[in-house]
Amino acid sequence: MKITLKIFRFHPEKDKQPHYSTYELDVEPTERVLDLLEQVRGFHDTTLAFRRSCAHGVCGSDAMRINGRNYLACKVLVRDLNATHITVEPLLGLRVIKDLIVDMDPFFDHYKSILPYLVNDEPLPADGKERLQSPEELERFEDTTKCILCAACTTSCPSFWSNGNYVGPAAIVNAHRFIYDSRDRAAAERLTILNQQGGVWRCRTAFNCTEACPRDIQITKAIAEVKHAVQTGKLD
Amino acid sequence: MPETHTFDVIVVGGGGAGLMAAMNASKTAHTAVLSKLYPSRSHTGAAQGGIGAALGNLEEDHPEWHTYDSVKGSDWLGDQDAIEFMCEEAVQAVYDLEHWGLPFSRTPEGRIAQRPFGGHTNNVTGKPVRRSCYAADRTGHMILQTLYQQGIKNGIEFFNEYNVIDLLVVDGAIAGVIAIEQATSELHIFHSKAVIFATGGHGRIWEITSNAYAYTGDGAAVCMRRGIPMEDMEFFQFHPTGINKLGILITEAVRGEGGVLVNNSGERFMERYAPNVKDLASRDVISRAIYFEVREGRGINGQRYVYLDATAETVNKYAALDGRTRPDGSPYRVTADEILSKIPDITDFCRTYLGVDPAKEPIPVQPTAHYAMGGIPTNKFGEVVIDEQNSVMPGLYAAGECACVSIHGANRLGTNSLVDLIVFGKYAGLKAAEFALNASLPPLPKDPTAYTRQQFDILRGGEGTEKVAKLAQEMKAVMFDDVGVFRTDKGLGEAVDKIQALRERFKKVKVADSGEIFNTEIVNAWELGNMLDLALVTAVAARARTESRGAHAREDYPKRDDVNWLKHSLAWWSEGSVKLGFKPVVITKYPPKERTY
Repeated sequence: MKITLKIFRFHPEKDKQPHYSTYELDVEPTERVLDLLEQVRGFHDTTLAFRRSCAHGVCGSDAMRINGRNYLACKVLVRDLNATHITVEPLLGLRVIKDLIVDMDPFFDHYKSILPYLVNDEPLPADGKERLQSPEELERFEDTTKCILCAACTTSCPSFWSNGNYVGPAAIVNAHRFIYDSRDRAAAERLTILNQQGGVWRCRTAFNCTEACPRDIQITKAIAEVKHAVQTGKLD
Repeated sequence: MPETHTFDVIVVGGGGAGLMAAMNASKTAHTAVLSKLYPSRSHTGAAQGGIGAALGNLEEDHPEWHTYDSVKGSDWLGDQDAIEFMCEEAVQAVYDLEHWGLPFSRTPEGRIAQRPFGGHTNNVTGKPVRRSCYAADRTGHMILQTLYQQGIKNGIEFFNEYNVIDLLVVDGAIAGVIAIEQATSELHIFHSKAVIFATGGHGRIWEITSNAYAYTGDGAAVCMRRGIPMEDMEFFQFHPTGINKLGILITEAVRGEGGVLVNNSGERFMERYAPNVKDLASRDVISRAIYFEVREGRGINGQRYVYLDATAETVNKYAALDGRTRPDGSPYRVTADEILSKIPDITDFCRTYLGVDPAKEPIPVQPTAHYAMGGIPTNKFGEVVIDEQNSVMPGLYAAGECACVSIHGANRLGTNSLVDLIVFGKYAGLKAAEFALNASLPPLPKDPTAYTRQQFDILRGGEGTEKVAKLAQEMKAVMFDDVGVFRTDKGLGEAVDKIQALRERFKKVKVADSGEIFNTEIVNAWELGNMLDLALVTAVAARARTESRGAHAREDYPKRDDVNWLKHSLAWWSEGSVKLGFKPVVITKYPPKERTY
């Protein structure tokens, strides 16, 4: 099928203002948007800049705005978009460096701020084997372990757009992953961090994050659980 | 002047092996990780089905059985001392991961869950054993996340989106690396006493692959150009179940949970090729079986693919025929929901890319280029060894897919890549730190970035009559057709000529982007150069080996030849030509015998 692909362009060493480049392409409906970008970069304009790696939705490199919504370019097919005009733009809320590449450092800084690692200084089991955890205890936080740190959620959040100090949904998702892990002992510290100005209370339940998540994590639910824990100090 | 950074140990690569190495090295040595991706984007995250370790949580198992299975899986080309070491260390390695917070799936008793996997057996009965420790079907994702989390916790210094272009060697001593910072195109000198390469594989040289775009073999190519030989490059694994045309991996765990491969007449054809373990035979065996079926016209609709059927009806039918039981002895029967809960990511891939619901329909699959058994030669401590006598190159280490210890020999067993990167990443890190603490910082070469600049100047100064994307397409096609699952002298000879011609044409590439901020074009062009060089080495080594062993299947030499070929190949690079040498395989307890499943 014939489609029109419009790509946001900004070459910081040449352009004063961003602009769009438009390409008429003949593509298969089953092609990924990433395949289209590769086709453009390979055969039409080799200077086009974007990140990508795994090309099947597990590494999180190629989150971008496609027809106004956040997707991984490798996880959305042409046919999914139901459109012959496809517009590709960089994520919102992070500084555009070049074309589709944005500055990811603020995103990772927020992630690091919520202690994204298991904290437990208690002695290990005497036999040296695994700590026990029931399947039910795992299920309590398993959904939020799926996060690939692609930033699709955080950069779809109106609260984050208006205030970059907000830690954003991805950081809260990762806090949830540890707060509800039966093996972790630092829930109180994380809840204190998330009770601060840039914490969970900036979430206005817009639901954009849940819709944007390419891993289908129930982000709004996870944030609601963390809010509840902050308020009550309880993890039930 | 390029900025100079000084460290004891430089780790190149931020995936599983690199993070393990950094965690262990940084305990005593000043360590930095250089990664061309943000570490959480590394390809370790794409591993699905599990990490093998004889925990025995569900049934009897022993590290000795894991060792033997890996030796047999390697078609006796793996070094048995290293394999034994790895399988013993695997058990503690998995407990370590759990202690660091890895959310493994659990048994009802709360222990780490384990599932059957290809080639892993009970050595008494010969039947599949539950050895693969898993976190649903995203075990690699959880390993990568857990190690990255630990890296943050331990304050490891990361240089993200830095590509390492050159290895500095001064009078036989390692002096560091040169890297380009993607954000600025600035060159950086990393001056260090020890360097650990953990840069992953090079599967992107083939057309159909499960590998990430990042898998362009940079670390191997950089070492090779500095005189380090490549070991066993002719052995590259084709995973039998990639999504048709796309190559995206469908984990063996689907078969571990009871899925079966069927041809166009609905026959479960693996019964003919591996009567004992059937769909859980080694990957090389199954990939060849699929090719035979396709060649005999039994592909689906006469095409190049077969079906992987994981619908509950089919799983239960064959589980009953196989007499498969659960740990408590009851018959193995599943519902569609149970299967889907074990393979949620696979379900998602099938729905996204194929519009197929694996609970209701079979999945079209074909073999996909998956894993480099060969690479930078090391001993079992991750120390790089550079000749037929296994002489150690002081200060240089490698671990993970870019390294060849060799524990995978001619064919890697599923789950052993994750074991490899945890165990050997750890030891490479410990050994590098130990070395660095006892060594003084060597002087830098006079003009450290000279060779790096020279490589980029060529890419900027070509005639501009060739395109990187076109050359890459041609390379991938010839590698898939002639250096794929089946090989012949004629095909390999043509492949060598073709790749040499592509290497000549590569000199006519001209990078159009003159900018310095995120010049992804020049980096991608440089990566193609790495792939072309590794493709050439692969084809040359494959042409020389006139036998069939593991993943290397020669139609003109269909038998394994232990008299002449029970040895590792070493390939030295010299200005575009390849010189081959050989070294013996370490055999301790298990003399070679016929390999059947």
